This record gives sequence, C-alpha cells and structure tokens, in this order.
Amino acid sequence: MDALLDQFFNVTIMTQAWPMLLRGLAMTALICLIVIPLGLLAGIAAALLSLAERRAIRWPAIAFVDFFRAVPPLVLLIFVYSGLPFAGIRPSPLQAVAIAFVLNNAAYYGEIYRAGILSIGKGQFEAARSTGLTAAQTMAHVVLPQAVRNVLPDLISNTVEVVKLTSLASVVSLAELLYQADMARSVTYNASPIVAAAGLYLVILWPLVRLVSRMERRIAA
Amino acid sequence: MTDSPLATAAARSGGSAPHATPILQLIALHKSFGTVDVLKGIDLKVTPGEMVFLIGPSGSGKSTLLRCCNRLEEPTSGAVVVEGVDITGPKVDLNKARRRIGMVFQSFNLYPHKTALGNVALALIKVSGLSRRAAREKAMAALSDVGLADKAENYPAQLSGGQQQRVAIARALALEPKVMLFDEPTSALDPELVGDVLDVMRKVREAGMTMLVVSHEMRFAAEAADRVIFMDGGVIVEEGSPQEIFRAPKEARTQTFLSRVSH
Amino acid sequence: MGPFERFLDTFFNETVMAKYLPAIIGGMGVTLQLAVLVVVSGIVLGLLLACLRAYRIKALNIAIVAFSDVFRALPPLVIILIAYFGLPNVGLSLSAFVVIWLVLGLTLGAFAEEIFWAGILSIHKGQWEAARSTGLTFTQTLLSVVLPQAVRLTVPPLTNRAIAITKSTALGMVIGLPDILGEATTAQSFSGNASPLMMAAIAYIVLFLPLVVFSRWLETRFKWRQA
Repeated sequence: MDALLDQFFNVTIMTQAWPMLLRGLAMTALICLIVIPLGLLAGIAAALLSLAERRAIRWPAIAFVDFFRAVPPLVLLIFVYSGLPFAGIRPSPLQAVAIAFVLNNAAYYGEIYRAGILSIGKGQFEAARSTGLTAAQTMAHVVLPQAVRNVLPDLISNTVEVVKLTSLASVVSLAELLYQADMARSVTYNASPIVAAAGLYLVILWPLVRLVSRMERRIAA
Repeated sequence: MTDSPLATAAARSGGSAPHATPILQLIALHKSFGTVDVLKGIDLKVTPGEMVFLIGPSGSGKSTLLRCCNRLEEPTSGAVVVEGVDITGPKVDLNKARRRIGMVFQSFNLYPHKTALGNVALALIKVSGLSRRAAREKAMAALSDVGLADKAENYPAQLSGGQQQRVAIARALALEPKVMLFDEPTSALDPELVGDVLDVMRKVREAGMTMLVVSHEMRFAAEAADRVIFMDGGVIVEEGSPQEIFRAPKEARTQTFLSRVSH
Repeated sequence: MGPFERFLDTFFNETVMAKYLPAIIGGMGVTLQLAVLVVVSGIVLGLLLACLRAYRIKALNIAIVAFSDVFRALPPLVIILIAYFGLPNVGLSLSAFVVIWLVLGLTLGAFAEEIFWAGILSIHKGQWEAARSTGLTFTQTLLSVVLPQAVRLTVPPLTNRAIAITKSTALGMVIGLPDILGEATTAQSFSGNASPLMMAAIAYIVLFLPLVVFSRWLETRFKWRQA
C-alpha cells in the first residue's frame, strides 16, 4: 500500500514537478487555441463540400473525410513531423502538431456538422429560399444555426477529444503537459508526475464530459 | 390442440355464481404524488365476470386507480385484494400476481422488435414457463380470439392502430388472467378503428372475463357495462347500473360531466 | 533526379518497401489482434455496466459513473504511461500488448457504457410497463424487451467510437509495441527513408477504411429506417 502511494501519489515529487507541469499546461492550451478554432472552421468547409450537389466536389470531400477518419492521428503526426523532412520540408513540432490535428479534426468536426445539416428539414430550406434568401444566406442564417444547436453535444464531445489528443504531441517532443510530466517521471523514476498531469486533465475535462452526458440525456428524453 | 383463452375463460366463468365473493377488491386506497393526493380513499368490489366502467373528467384519478391494481403505481396506503390475496403485502410475488391481472394500455405498448406472435408469446415463455412450441400455439389461439391469426408474423409497425390494440389485448388474454384492466384502450385510435377494438372487448366480456375499464366510450359503456362508476377529485362520486348513471344521475357533478361529454 | 523522382524515392522507395513489407505485415497482425480484443472486451464491459446501472443501486451507480467519466476524460496515452512505467515499480509488470489492450478496452468500455445507457433511457416507459404488467421480472424486461430495442439505436455511435479507439492502438508505438506504427518507425530509422511511414499509412487505410465506409452506410440505413 505504501509502495503504491509512493509510486503514484508522492506529494514531494508532485510538488517538485508542479512548475514544469504548469509550463506544459500552457503549451497544451496553446495547441488547443490553434487546433480547435481552425478545426471548427475547416469542419464547416468539409461538411458543406461533402454535401455539395456536384459529384466532382462531393466525392473528393467524402474521400478526404474518410481518409482522415481511417488514419490514426499519431500516424499522421509522425508522418508530418518525421516524414516530410525527407522531402525537404521541416515543420517545427508545433507546426507539425497543428497541421496533423487540424486535418484530423476537420474530418471529425465535418462529420458532426454534416449530421447536423442533414437533421434540418427540407421545409427550412424551402421557406428561406421562398423569402428570397440566397443558398449561402439560407445556409448561414437559417440552417447552420439550427444544425449547430442540434449537434452541440457532439461538437463539445469532439472538443474534449481534441484536448485529449494534444497529449500525443509529447511523441514529437513538443513540451506540452504530458511531455513535461513524462520528463519528470524519467528523472525521478516515479509515476506521480503523470498522475498529477492526469489530475489536471481531469479538472479541465471532467466538467465537459458531465455536461455532454447531461445534454445528450435531455435530447434523448 | 390448445384451447383458446376465451374458451377457457368461458368455461371457467360458467360455474361461478353471479354475486360470489369479489375477485378484485380495493380497500381504502390512497395514492399521492408528492403533496398531490390523486386517490383519496377508494373502496371498490368487483365480482367475477363483471364489467365495470370507470368514467370521470381527466385528472380524476381513474387511470391511477387502474394502475394501482397491478402496482404499476405503488399505492400510498390501502389494500388491493385479488382472489383473497392482498397484493400490496410484503411477501407477495408481484410477478406471479401480475400474470393474473392483464392490462391493456392507451398507447398499446407493443414491443416493436417482435412480431405480433412474439409479443403474445414472450410472457408465456418467460413467466408461464411454457415451451416455445406450446407458447406459439397458445399465442396463435389468442390471436385468433381477437381475429388476427393472419397477422401473426407482422411487426407492430405493419399493423393499424386498431390491430395493434387487438394484439395487445391478445397479449394480456393469453396469460389467462382473472381480471383485465383497460386503460383508455381506444383513445389513441382513429375513429373508424374504434369499432373493431370494442367488438373484441365485447367478445372478451361475453366469455365471462372480469373487466375494469377506463374509457370515454359512453355509448359502449351504456350498452355493455354491468356497472358504471363516476370518479372526480380522487373519490368515487357515484356508482350504479348504466341506466342509473346515464339516464338519472343523482349527483350534480355527475350531471355536469355527462352533459359536457354528450355534446 | 527530378522532383517527382525524388518524391517517389522518398515515400515509395521500392527497395525499402520490399525489405520492410514483412515487418509491416507482422505489425498489421498485432494491430488486428489488439483491435479485436479491445472491441470485444470494451463492448462486453460497457454493456455489462449499463445493465448494472439500470438497477439503480446508488453506491454501484456512483462507481460506474465515476469509472466512465474518468476514462472518458483522460487521454489514453496518459493512462498508458502510468500503467506501463508506474505498475512495474509496485511489482506488476505488464507487456506493452497487455497494457494497450487493458487501457483501450477500459476506455471503450467507458464510452460504450454511456452509449448503451443512453439507449436504455431512450426506450419509452410504456415498454417497461407493458412487460411488467404481463409478469416479466425487471431483469427479464431489461434483457428481452428493452435491450434488443436499445442496442439497435446504439449501433451507429458505437461503431464510430469503436473505430476511433481501435485506431489508438497506434499509441502502442510509444511503449515499444511492434504494431504497424511501431514497426514502421523502427524501419524508418534503420532505412533513413520515409517509405515505411507511407506503408504504415496505407496499412491503416487497408484495415480501417472499410470500417469507416461501413459506419457511413450504417448511418444512412439507420436514418432511412427512422423516417
């Protein structure tokens, strides 16, 4: 029992690692601030293109989405970070993380928007068009606001996944939360810093996870 | 050859005297939801083979009364006695008791993932412990009783509302209950489908089934019921034969209610 | 060498590809085994927990919700590192394969529990009442009436989640698992060429694209049936 406490909940080690963890947390926040807004925007584009009337637009968009849903984000990240340099492109760790995760989440957010848009009845399009709104205006002012509201739990849920995803950046030595915690672990030979990092992730994400569960239940009821 | 549930019911009821001991008795039944008293002391005796209609304005407690009879709602106090056994008692096997009390719901509540036959057979297998084959035979007989033998393999979504309700009646009937509860069985139906369901209920009554019915079908009540009970505000206001209640109601509240529904 | 030849040489180098193809195929075997184990154990666990939750035993439910929340909120890589590097120090050494299986199985279990539970809640009260009125017990009603209907609703979200989590088997590379990505990164550092990574990407596409397309088909079929 003591060994367990010492190995996973060693307060002294946690306290020593604390400043490192906070620096890591700042980097995690920075990744989120890049990836989440860009992903949300690119997702709208992916959704609209994959719903286009013209096949020449729709099929490539669907292929794009399915490709990035099939490839694990870590594979994509390593490909961008250590594959592209062979072709003379040398992204920094942060650039690599941003490129890989925005692509990955354009696909995931895109699928969610798409389901939302499909959930809006044809009558809404017809009503808006009958009042003289253009197709783009109809989408922007009538359909998307309703669609987003319908799939809000899924959008939040995927955002939780993005925050969790940032932990993969440690693999390409980007000094985010998990990287810093793992550094502290390898120096101290003790898992407590990672447990402390887990605690930080929980503090941030648990409220969101609860929120999503509540929202989904309200929709189901 | 399996006897149809209706034939069994008819054979059983043939022997009993018209006013034997009550088959279902409610004693000082109270039910409250939080601070709202929905049932304020109901005493009621139903004798074997009797068809009793419960009428009254919405919110009068009729449905709650019905749902207390098989403890879908837990009575706050009082007793529900079925064939001499208080089913609110602590040692009662509720699931066994429920097999003797059939229930038909306003919204049918058929299992959408099972065929008509599967709907009827499920409890025969799981509760009565019949073999699959015996359950199928009995379920077929019950479906024949309600005139739907040819729809046995159809799923609820493929049936009209009236047909769904008749399957629901067969589901209850197949367990050979001693009492059947009908909770507004025709309220969710299109007008032209009501007649078929009432015909089946008439048939069930003729076979001697004891029935407690909550319904707004006043004409059917006048023609088929043995007794009509008018409820309002959680109490029984007045009861009597259909003639007494519909032709010459004594209580002002009954008169007001009947004048509203007949126009 | 022109730019196109250079591109081919870097990402589709025949010699490198031929040399490391067996290793990548071996990695696919590992990934596939893990994927099957994770999906089966995760779904069974989730179904079991959701059913237990239906009995509404307070202490048990708090434990189930806490488990499900924690495993949905924590990044799997964090749990993997804790398990792989922390547990040996308290005398429990697990192989990379077992760690990935356990962590991802538990993670999928947590998500599956929420999905099944939402499905159970979505079944109308009248279904419970009808079944109970015919004398079925709570357990019989849950298993014969409610679950068969609930499971149908859960198929599309569960498929998506199962794909996303089995893809995470690639995290095994971090703790030295010889799966597709593990073999590919090893091959890349030995060969000094990016072709093994390209092979890894293709291998994942081969394994997972059919599933992604299948989930897309499931969703349209499901919508169509609802209408």
